[in-house]
Amino acid sequence: MTTVFGKIRDLVSSFLRSSESYEEAVNSFIRELQKEMIKADVNVKVVFELSARIKERALKEEPPEGVLRREWFVKIVYDELSRLFGGDVAPDPYPKSFPWIILLVGVQGSGKTTTAGKLALFYKKRGYRVGLATTDTYRPAAYDQLKQIAETIGVPFYGEKSGDPAEIARKAVATLLNEYSCDVIIIDTAGRHGYGKEESLLMEMKEIAEAIKPSEVILVIDSSIGQKAYELAKKFNEWTPIGSIVITKLDGTARGGGALSAVVATGARIKFIGDGEKLEDLEVFNPRKFVARILGLGDLESLLEKFKAIEESDEVRKRLERAIALGRISMRDIYHQLKSIKKLGPLRKVIDLVPGFSMLKLGDDMLKGSEKKIDSWIAIIESMTYDELDDPSIIDRSRVRRLAIGSGRTVNDVRELLNYYELINKMLKDLKRGKLRLKGVDLSRLGGEAG
Amino acid sequence: MFKKIRGVFQNIANKIADVVSKKELTEEELKKVFDEMELSLVESDVAYEALPALFDELKKKLVGAKVSRFDSSEVMELIKEALVDIIARVEPKEDLVDLIRSSGVRPFIIVFLGVNGVGKTTTIAKVANKLLKAGMKPIIVAADTFRAGAQEQLALHAERLGVPFFKGKYGADPAAVAKDAVIYATKKGLDVVLVDTAGRMHVDVDLVEELRKVVRVVKPHMRILVLDALTGNDSLEQLRYFDSNVGFDAVILTKMDADARGGCALTLSVLLRKPIIYVGTGQGYDDLELFRAKMIVEKILG
Repeated sequence: MTTVFGKIRDLVSSFLRSSESYEEAVNSFIRELQKEMIKADVNVKVVFELSARIKERALKEEPPEGVLRREWFVKIVYDELSRLFGGDVAPDPYPKSFPWIILLVGVQGSGKTTTAGKLALFYKKRGYRVGLATTDTYRPAAYDQLKQIAETIGVPFYGEKSGDPAEIARKAVATLLNEYSCDVIIIDTAGRHGYGKEESLLMEMKEIAEAIKPSEVILVIDSSIGQKAYELAKKFNEWTPIGSIVITKLDGTARGGGALSAVVATGARIKFIGDGEKLEDLEVFNPRKFVARILGLGDLESLLEKFKAIEESDEVRKRLERAIALGRISMRDIYHQLKSIKKLGPLRKVIDLVPGFSMLKLGDDMLKGSEKKIDSWIAIIESMTYDELDDPSIIDRSRVRRLAIGSGRTVNDVRELLNYYELINKMLKDLKRGKLRLKGVDLSRLGGEAG
Repeated sequence: MFKKIRGVFQNIANKIADVVSKKELTEEELKKVFDEMELSLVESDVAYEALPALFDELKKKLVGAKVSRFDSSEVMELIKEALVDIIARVEPKEDLVDLIRSSGVRPFIIVFLGVNGVGKTTTIAKVANKLLKAGMKPIIVAADTFRAGAQEQLALHAERLGVPFFKGKYGADPAAVAKDAVIYATKKGLDVVLVDTAGRMHVDVDLVEELRKVVRVVKPHMRILVLDALTGNDSLEQLRYFDSNVGFDAVILTKMDADARGGCALTLSVLLRKPIIYVGTGQGYDDLELFRAKMIVEKILG
């Protein structure tokens, strides 16, 4: 599988190193990106909309300080893709009210019944009283299949082999609610695509939904589905608004771009993925992992780490501003700074990001090119006790020795850090008293924020 | 159902007409049009990897075509011819029923392969129905001893069709079940043994081993791969995987009635020269149609 996904990774790295102009590089990257996404079965319209947006942002927006334009571009690509998935955060799979009634819908063979079982096990394991029901009176043995699954998991089951699906659904909910006091009820339906002879089946689906008023309609999408995914999902959504999506069969070779199309078509979020045939094989959707799969990117992590660090540098900035306002900086602040400086890479560039650093004349001598020193200081701070972190003045000779041993550094390293800490605090104090003027920092504004 | 592809080709035809209103079509000009059509073809679920071969084929037909006034209908004719040629390669030489009859083999053993959810079970029922109507005596065998409900589903189909049904216990060795069924069929003088196999993901090593064993033990006269027409680029992965790991002799395309765009058929025609014998077009037992290149191209081009 990894070979399929290797390509974009190479693309990203060649993009990051390319000698073309930024604009040319963006254009050729976008062309390749389109190709990869289409190979991953993302709907062509979605691909174009997405790439148009990416291009616009890439050419218009300025990267934050300390970030190369090309890296910024990759971040934009990632952002825009994750935005489609409702953001970078995993969805919350837990019931929002009781009883939580889930209605599963989808095309024939997409894996609804298996998913029903998987969901039942998922919620049962988390302490919910789950009930399973089927309204599929078309597919032979759909009833037996779900019944067998319900017995395996050990949850109550309701179904009828023939009859009106909406009526069966109504009875199912009533039975599971009243006789078994279930708080999560999962209703399976017959597969349908809604074209031609099957148009009436969409009406039937709507009737089922109206009969039981589900808390959530889940669309089950096969990861191998092609371009049709968009239209199908749209159709389903028109008849019964889709609340969330489950992608199935991700243990195969398909990259699952059809699910992305479905997301765009319905506005629903992907909640779970199925990645195996056993009932345990259900995971809460992880947008980051999935974007990486669609992009064919094995590892977005290191790049994203970097951008995370940039966000953190805002935090560092705030901390430092507060420190300046208070005339005091804590060891924890310093630790935070060191960590984010390390993530951001080339020190010179980052130092300028942190107001006061260059002004305090510490950067040049003590930090220039000194990744090693930063590592060393981080290690030392990590060896400190809470008491020491809160009040470094208690660090006496024996504590210095302990810290050196604990962090695998020398006593001098520890002293150097403590000196730095004192020096920076002295400067901040002077600054507060007005003995030092800080270039480019509006102190009055800082004072206001300090409270 | 091929509206989409039809649109694509109409579009290309118009473009080509623009490019070469009064001269021979050159490769460069054609290439330019090809590049533009690339994405639109993929929009019809032609696998991305199949495009170069498809283009080559069309190129052979179109480049240097002696058409003085190259209007769009003439180009259309050329594209149509090229496509019929390409797709005709995977047209079955004769209907499965006739093939079985003329083979003289009794019982004729067919093993059905495919990933989960493509519609293997329904397809087997449809094939059984076809055989019944041709006056043959088929037996349906459930060698899927894994998935819950799999055997019941087939059993119900068999019951409704009035076809004998053979199954093993859940968890039994599928190869042994299939072999027993063949022995039973021989004894009873049945004509065709239709073996359903477990539809697990093609990357599942155990399953592939299991399928190989079934094939090794029952020595089928035909291995049919069932492929979902809604599948995107993964169709090619599935085809290749089954081809190199188990092997198959023919394909049945299912869910064609779900307004599938039919790109699958083109992929198959271009990259795998194995016959597509039927297309599934609905939930009914009779919804199994012969795959015919001309008909398909007509549908594509209108």
